Amino acid sequence: MEQIEFNYPAKRKVLKSAHVGVVGSGELEVLLEPAEGEAAHVFIRTSVDGFLDTWKAVMDRFFTKYDGAVRIQINDAGATPGNVQLRLEQAVEVSEQ
Amino acid sequence: MSEYTGVRGTVWFHAFTGQSSPMQGDPKSVLIGDASLGNEYARFLCVVPDPHGRFPCARHGEVGLEEAFTLATRVREVIEHDKNTIKRPIIAIVDVKSQAYGRREETAGIFLAAASAADAYGLARLAGHPVVALVVGHALSGAFLTHGYQANRILAFDDDSVMIHAMHKEAAARVTRRSVDELEKFAKEIAPMSYDIQEYAKLGLLYRLLHVENPEKPSQQEIRNVQNELVAAIADARSGPVDLRNRLESTGAREMRKASILVRTKLEAQWLEK
Amino acid sequence: MSNEGYNAKFINRQSFIELDARERAKALFDEGTSRELLGPFDRVESPWLPMQGVTPQADDGCVVMKGKIAGQAAVVVALEGAFQGGSIGEVSGEKMTAALDLACADSEKGIRTSAVILLETGGVRLQEANLGLAAIAGLMASILALRKHAPVICLTAGTVGCFGGMALAAGLASYVVMTREARLGMNGPEVIEQESGFEEFDSSDRALIWAIHGGEQRYATGLADALVGDDTPQVANAIRRFVSKGVPPVHRSSQVALYRNRIAKLDASQQWDPKEFRALWTTNGANEEKR
Repeated sequence: MEQIEFNYPAKRKVLKSAHVGVVGSGELEVLLEPAEGEAAHVFIRTSVDGFLDTWKAVMDRFFTKYDGAVRIQINDAGATPGNVQLRLEQAVEVSEQ
Repeated sequence: MSEYTGVRGTVWFHAFTGQSSPMQGDPKSVLIGDASLGNEYARFLCVVPDPHGRFPCARHGEVGLEEAFTLATRVREVIEHDKNTIKRPIIAIVDVKSQAYGRREETAGIFLAAASAADAYGLARLAGHPVVALVVGHALSGAFLTHGYQANRILAFDDDSVMIHAMHKEAAARVTRRSVDELEKFAKEIAPMSYDIQEYAKLGLLYRLLHVENPEKPSQQEIRNVQNELVAAIADARSGPVDLRNRLESTGAREMRKASILVRTKLEAQWLEK
Repeated sequence: MSNEGYNAKFINRQSFIELDARERAKALFDEGTSRELLGPFDRVESPWLPMQGVTPQADDGCVVMKGKIAGQAAVVVALEGAFQGGSIGEVSGEKMTAALDLACADSEKGIRTSAVILLETGGVRLQEANLGLAAIAGLMASILALRKHAPVICLTAGTVGCFGGMALAAGLASYVVMTREARLGMNGPEVIEQESGFEEFDSSDRALIWAIHGGEQRYATGLADALVGDDTPQVANAIRRFVSKGVPPVHRSSQVALYRNRIAKLDASQQWDPKEFRALWTTNGANEEKR
C-alpha cells in the first residue's frame, strides 16, 4: 500500500465537507473537508503501488480548475484515472450545494 | 498444527460425567450429561463424530441440523427446570470440526438451527446460568458460534491441537487470494489472524489458558485440575453481569482491541448528543 | 395489467439494490429524522487492513444511523457490501454491537428503540479472522438482549446476500425481510462445493442457488417474514410495518420443538427438491406480507 501527498495553493474558502464513494474493487472514496490557510492538501492511500505519476497528473489537472482550500483524503482500491476524476468532481459538487 | 481427530470431546465428556452415550432420543453425535462439579450439579454438552448419522455432511464432528436443535433442546430443558431455583452451570465441551456443509442443511435452514442453539445458550446466560465453554480441540467458525461462543467464560487448552478460528488455513488462503505462506506470515504479525491458541489468548477473549500434559489421555489429577478451573470460572461468571462485556474489559482487550474500545466510547458519546 | 403499464412501473421503480449502504439506511427513516454516528469523518478504521496492504474504508464498511421509523425511535446499521464483501471486521462488528447495546439501554429506560440491520455480507472478514468471529458472537448476544424489548429486523436485499456467521444473526432476528434477488444461508454454494464436493452443490448452477438460498424460497419456507420488490418505498414500508408491529410473541429461533420435529421427519437419505420442500416447511400461521 502506498501513501502519497500533494499540496497546491488555494485561496477560496470552502464551507462544507463532502464524502463520496466506496472502497470497492476498482473504486475509491473521497473525503473532502475545509482546511485552514491558503492551500489544498491531498492525502492518498492506494492498494495499487507504482502509479505516482498518474496520480500527480490527475491531481495537477484537477487543481487547474479547482481552487478550494481543502483537505482531501482518498482511499483507493485501484480506480482508473477517469473514476478518480469523477469522484473528485462529485465531492466538489456536494461541498458546494 | 494437528488435524481435527474428534477424540477429545468424548474423552473429556466422559472424564467429567462418567458417561459415553447420548440421552434417550438424541442423536449419537450429541452427548449430554448432568454430573457434579464442585458442590453442585452441572449440565455438560458436547458434539462428537457419528459416522452413521442420518445426515451425510454431519458425520465427522460437524455441527449440523440435528446437533444444533438437540443442543437447543437440552439447554432449554435446563432453563425450564431451574426456572424457580438455583441456575445450574452449563458447560459446553468444544471440539468441533466445523458447521455441516451440505445442500440438505442449507435447504432446511441450518442458519436457523445454529441460531436456535446460540439462542438457548444466550438465553441461559441472560437468565443467570453460568455458561462456560471449554475448548479442548477445534472451535471453528459457525460451529463455535453455535456451541460455545455465547458463554460467560471461555477456557481453552494450550496445545497445538487446539484451534479457534474462522476458517481453515488452506480455505482462508484461497478465499483471500494469498498463498498459505503469505497467510502464515501475516498471522505472525496480526494476532487476530493467527492459528496459534497462544496468540488467540492475547486478544482477551479467554478467561484462562490451561495446560494439560496429555489432553487425549488425561490423568485423574489433570481432570481434577480442569474441574477446579471450571468451578473458578463459574464463580467468576456469577460474580459479574450476564452480558459479554467482560470480553472488552480484559487486559488483553485493552491491549489488542483498542479500536473496539474507541468505537464504543465514541458511539456512546455521539448517541447521547443533541 | 397491460404490457405498457407494467413496463412503466418497472422503469419508474426506485431500485433499493442500487443504493449504497448509506443511502439504504437513510431511506428507511422518517424524513429529516436521521443522523449518522461514527461516520467517515470520524475515521474509525480497521487497524489491521493497512498492515496487509488493503486500503481501509473510513467507516469500515458499516453505517450507523439513529432516528425515527414510523414515528418510533430506531437505529439502523447497514453493511456496505461493496467493501470487502461486507465482511465483519473488528470495527464494523463493534459498531453494530455497540449500536444495539445503546438501543437496548434506551429501551430499558423506557424509550423503546428498534434495530434494523442491513445485511450484505459474506460473514467474517478473514483479514481480521478471530476479531470478526468474536464480533459476530457479541452481536448475537446483543440481538438476544435487545429483542426482548424492541424488534430486531434484518433486511437482505442483494446483491451480496447474507452468508456465514451473519446468517446466524438473521436467524435470531424478530423479522427477516428479503427481496427475490437476495440470498440467505450459512454457507454459500462455493464453500459447499469446496468442502463437500460438486455433487453436493454445483456452485455454477444459478437456478439451484436461488432455489435454495433465494428470498422467494426463504419466504415460502417460513424462514423470512416478508418478500419485497426491489423498490425503495416498498422496502421502507415493510420495515415501518415491522417496527410498528413490535416484538413478536415468539421468535423463530425459540421455536425449537417445532423445528426439531420437522428435521426428525425428513428423509435425509436423499436430496430434496426445493419446491417440494416448501410443503414440508411452511409455518402454521398466515403468510405475513408479500408484494
